[in-house]
Amino acid sequence: MARFSFFGEGLPEIELAELKGKLIVLEGTDGVGRSTHIGLLRQWLENHGHAVLDTGMTRSALAGKRLKQAKEGHTLGGITMSLFYATDFADRLENEIIPALRAGFIVLTDRYIYSLMARAIVRGAAPDWLREVYGFALKPDAIFYLRLNIDDLVTRVLQSAGGFDYWESGMDLHLGEDMYDSFVRYQRWLLSEFDKMVEVYGFEIIDASGPVEEVFPDLRDRVARIVESNGC
Amino acid sequence: MSGGMKMYGKHRFPGRLFIVEGKSTQLMLLQKWLESEGYVTSFSEWNSSPLVREVTRRGKKKQMLTPMTFSLIHATDFADRTEHGIIPPLKAGAVVLADRYIYTAFARDVVRGVSPKWVRDLYAFAVKPTVGFYFRTPLDVAMKRILGGRDAIKYYEAGMDIGLSEDIEESFRLFQARIIEEYEKMIEEFGLVAIDATRSIEEQQTEVRKIVSDALTGTKKSKVRRWLDLASLAKGSRK
Repeated sequence: MARFSFFGEGLPEIELAELKGKLIVLEGTDGVGRSTHIGLLRQWLENHGHAVLDTGMTRSALAGKRLKQAKEGHTLGGITMSLFYATDFADRLENEIIPALRAGFIVLTDRYIYSLMARAIVRGAAPDWLREVYGFALKPDAIFYLRLNIDDLVTRVLQSAGGFDYWESGMDLHLGEDMYDSFVRYQRWLLSEFDKMVEVYGFEIIDASGPVEEVFPDLRDRVARIVESNGC
Repeated sequence: MSGGMKMYGKHRFPGRLFIVEGKSTQLMLLQKWLESEGYVTSFSEWNSSPLVREVTRRGKKKQMLTPMTFSLIHATDFADRTEHGIIPPLKAGAVVLADRYIYTAFARDVVRGVSPKWVRDLYAFAVKPTVGFYFRTPLDVAMKRILGGRDAIKYYEAGMDIGLSEDIEESFRLFQARIIEEYEKMIEEFGLVAIDATRSIEEQQTEVRKIVSDALTGTKKSKVRRWLDLASLAKGSRK
C-alpha cells in the first residue's frame, strides 16, 4: 500500500506506491532560522548516508523568477499572488519533490503549503478555497513548526543584517504607520493562522527561541526518528 | 481583496458580464453595437496579464508545463484579469465583454486529466457571467478552419502533451473532439447559451444581440448614462 496520500483531489497520473523517500517540512514565520536548520540537517543526513533534496518557495524553474519580479512590483492582487505561488509550488512538487521521493531521497522543504495558505488568508483568500486548491499537495511525513513569539521575532529581525523587509512586514496590507507597526501586526496575524493549523495538520512544535545549538539537537532527533521509521 | 473573497454566483455589481467561448468576431461585433447604443464597454481576453503571460509563454515554448501547472498558470492569469480587468469595471457599471472564460479552462484541463471538481473549485473566485455564449462548431468545420488557415498548430493547442497521437493533426483532431464533448456537458451545468456557429455571421450576431438586449433591461444605458452625467456634473464649476 502507498505510504503517501494527497490532501484532496490529487495530481493526475501519479503512482503513489512508487514514492519511497521521506517528505519533511520546516514551517514557521520569518526569522525563525529555517534555512540554518535545513543546512545543518542536510549535512547531518548526508553524513549518515541519505540522499537529500532541499527546496523552498519561489525556486521553481517555471515561475520562480517572475514570481520574485511580481513581488518587487507588487501590483498583483491577492488571489493572483496566491495562485502564482501555487503554480510555483506545483512545478516544484511535480518536477523536484516527487521525482526525488521516487528515487528514495529525503526531501527537506523550507515552508510548504501551510505558509502559502497563511499568507493568502491574511490577504483575504478564503481558507476553504485554499484547502481545495492545495488538494493536489502530498501529505508530508512530518511538519516541524519552528515557533517564536512575537517579541523574540522582533529581536531576531533587529539583529539580522537586513532589518525589516517590505514583504516580511506585510507592507502591502497597510496595517500600520511604519515598518515596525506593520511587522508586528502582520507577523502576529500569521502566527495566529499557523497556531490554528497545529492541530488540523498535526504540526510538531519546536521552540525556536533558544540558540541554534540548543534547538538543533531536538529537531535532529525528531527527524532521525522519521527517517528510520518504516522502510527508508 | 478586502471584505472577504466572493465566490461564483455571489458577486453583486451594477455592470453586466457577457462572455464568449469560440468566436472572437461575434464578440467584437457585439461590442461595436453596444457602444453605438451608448453603453460603456470594457474588453477582457485570455492570457492578458503581462507578468503571468511571460511564464505561460516560456512554459509552452520549452514544453515545461504539466496538466497541473498548465491549469494553475492559466488560473493565475485569469485571476489577474478578474481582479484588474473584470471586477473594477463591473463595479463602475460597465458592460464587460470577455473573450474566453473559465469554461475554456474547464474543457482543456479536464481533457488533460485534471479532476473536474478540482478545476471548478480552483476558479470559484470567478464572476458568474450574465450570459455565457458557446458557439457550437462541428469538429470537421473546426478542423478545416484551423488546418486551412494561419500558422502551424501549436504543441499544447493540439494536446500533444498528453500523447493522443504522434501525428500533430491527428492529435489535434482527437483533442478537439474531447474538448467539444466537455463543452456540450457544460451547456446544462452552467446554463450556457449555445449558438449554431455554422449559420451566417449576421444571423448569429442578430441572435446574440437579441439575448444581450434582453439581459440589459433593468440596468440599461440610462443607468450608465446617469452615472456619466454625474461624472460630468462633478467636473463643473460651483455656482
